[in-house]
Amino acid sequence: MAAPGAGQQIVNPVTPITLPRWWLFSIVLLLAIMPLGATTFHLQLGAKIMIMAIFALSLDLLIGHTGLVSFGHAAYFGVAAYTIALITPKYEAASFWLTLPAAMAAAALAALAIGFLVVRTAGIYFIMVTLAFAQMLYAIFHDTKLGGGSDGIYVNVRPELSVAGFKLLDLENPAQFFYLALIALSVAYWILNKVLHAPFGRALAGIRVNEQRMRAIGFPVFSYKLGAFTLAGALAGLAGYLAACQFGFVNPEILAWHQSGTVLMMVILGGMGRLHGAVIGAAAYVLLQELFSSSALFGAYAKHWQLFMGGLIVFMVLALPHGIGGLIDFAWRRAATIEEEKRIGRKERIEHK
Amino acid sequence: MFYLIQLLNAVQYGLLLFLLSSGLTLIFGVMGVINLAHGSFYMVGAYLTYGLAKMTGSLWLALPIGVIIAFAIGLLLETTIIHRLYRRDHLYQVLLTFGLILIFEELRSIIFGDDVHGVAVPEILHYSMPLTETLSYPVYRLFVTAVCLAIAAILYFVIHKTRAGNSNREMAAALGVNIPLLFALVFACGMALAAFAGAIAAPITSVAPGMGNQVLIICFVVVVIGGIGSINGALIASLLIGIADTLGKVLAPEYSGIAVYLLMAAILLWRPQGLANRS
Repeated sequence: MAAPGAGQQIVNPVTPITLPRWWLFSIVLLLAIMPLGATTFHLQLGAKIMIMAIFALSLDLLIGHTGLVSFGHAAYFGVAAYTIALITPKYEAASFWLTLPAAMAAAALAALAIGFLVVRTAGIYFIMVTLAFAQMLYAIFHDTKLGGGSDGIYVNVRPELSVAGFKLLDLENPAQFFYLALIALSVAYWILNKVLHAPFGRALAGIRVNEQRMRAIGFPVFSYKLGAFTLAGALAGLAGYLAACQFGFVNPEILAWHQSGTVLMMVILGGMGRLHGAVIGAAAYVLLQELFSSSALFGAYAKHWQLFMGGLIVFMVLALPHGIGGLIDFAWRRAATIEEEKRIGRKERIEHK
Repeated sequence: MFYLIQLLNAVQYGLLLFLLSSGLTLIFGVMGVINLAHGSFYMVGAYLTYGLAKMTGSLWLALPIGVIIAFAIGLLLETTIIHRLYRRDHLYQVLLTFGLILIFEELRSIIFGDDVHGVAVPEILHYSMPLTETLSYPVYRLFVTAVCLAIAAILYFVIHKTRAGNSNREMAAALGVNIPLLFALVFACGMALAAFAGAIAAPITSVAPGMGNQVLIICFVVVVIGGIGSINGALIASLLIGIADTLGKVLAPEYSGIAVYLLMAAILLWRPQGLANRS
């Protein structure tokens, strides 16, 4: 493509920092004791944040780590949500061990099929085509009777999570559902961290920085991109599955482009190319949404909360392109420099004596 | 005869899509900006026409005033926000214009509410041309078709016969073209085109929330099929989609929304760079 601007690559000016492992462990630990003192509302909000964090993580694998700007990522989230809604019987609980793999497989399969078509395009085409295919799925669920049409479909009974007849977690209980979301987020984070540090992930990073070069040294770039696209679809499916469980209701809006835009915003808000960034972005978005739609603060304008969100997006793109993660990086490096200077200074003083 | 009516509808819908997607592809081709808010301007055009027609009582007054207002908004947007995006990654262009959509959509909700409105067809065009004893065709739709054709011709002339067709930024600047001004004008013209499409479509379709988003996605499909930056491609693709959509509605109403995407998938497999572009 010879169009102007088409050759631009998404490259962070500085490498994002990795959070020390003990930070992550303490955050998980803090979250794990949260159900002891939190209200149902806060537990549900927390679970929602963690579910959206998984969703944002999966998109960041594409945007921040592979350089594929997908604007139709809600499709896989929605496919998984519809899968659980469609295979759950009306009045009894389905098995968690059956529905989760089914939902994730359906999402992965959709991503594989769509990815096969879209990954051969690049740049602006890729954005438009991913969006268009997501809208195709939207049209299927919206116009046909498959999933209850535009009215959507209920998941009346949440799946049962038991091992050998023993009920491990009761998903109807907000605290226990919170734990499920926490485990899912930790596992997703762990998997992505492993993948990104494996040769596969390094190859994706290579593709993000310079695709031609990777092709020239013999990497099957198409397969790598398709692999990333499918993995991202499966993880988005995990998030969609949990979301369907939490809300007990699925309608076509769940895979509409609005949702794709929202998750894209989360990734950028947190700072793309950092796993912790996606989590921070999801938390920030959900909390900001709570803030903007609080009628105590904004009165009659609370129902127009998207106005503030839109304004925030514009501001962020213009003033804070690396998101909150970029700010943390900056502060972190500054602290490290000051520390270093102190150390060197002390040394010099000692040497002076 | 039934099929003639369907064909006329297909052409009319296709040409309307062309008005929209030509602006989209022009803004991308000249400035390298992907503009999601394009659909919002379709909506802005329709709502302005609705509001102005209610105020002035005449569609003929509402149309030009609405387009001028849209042009002014486009100019304002370009000079305050959009021009900062030219050197930025597509990702940020998508995100920022997505933010603009949210803003436009909510402003629409605040100013006009969330009801579905209609705009009356002007008296002079408000009759149907009889084709057979039982079938007839509304003249307003023919009028829309004619207007779209005229604009397509003007666009063709402007792009192929004048200096505006130049898309090499440095070269044009060296030749003495005021690039910032040109870009602002191109953007505003694209917006005005989209608003005009929304305005003349208002009496045919309803004026409803979310109308811009729906049409935006179809425009993307048009641009993908036709090839980015190509006006000719956009014209061919618009007509193709007009026909595919109309045929789909007649043959399999439940699946008509999917027909255009299948067409896109086929084209992607066959010619990923679009119909009009050489790879």
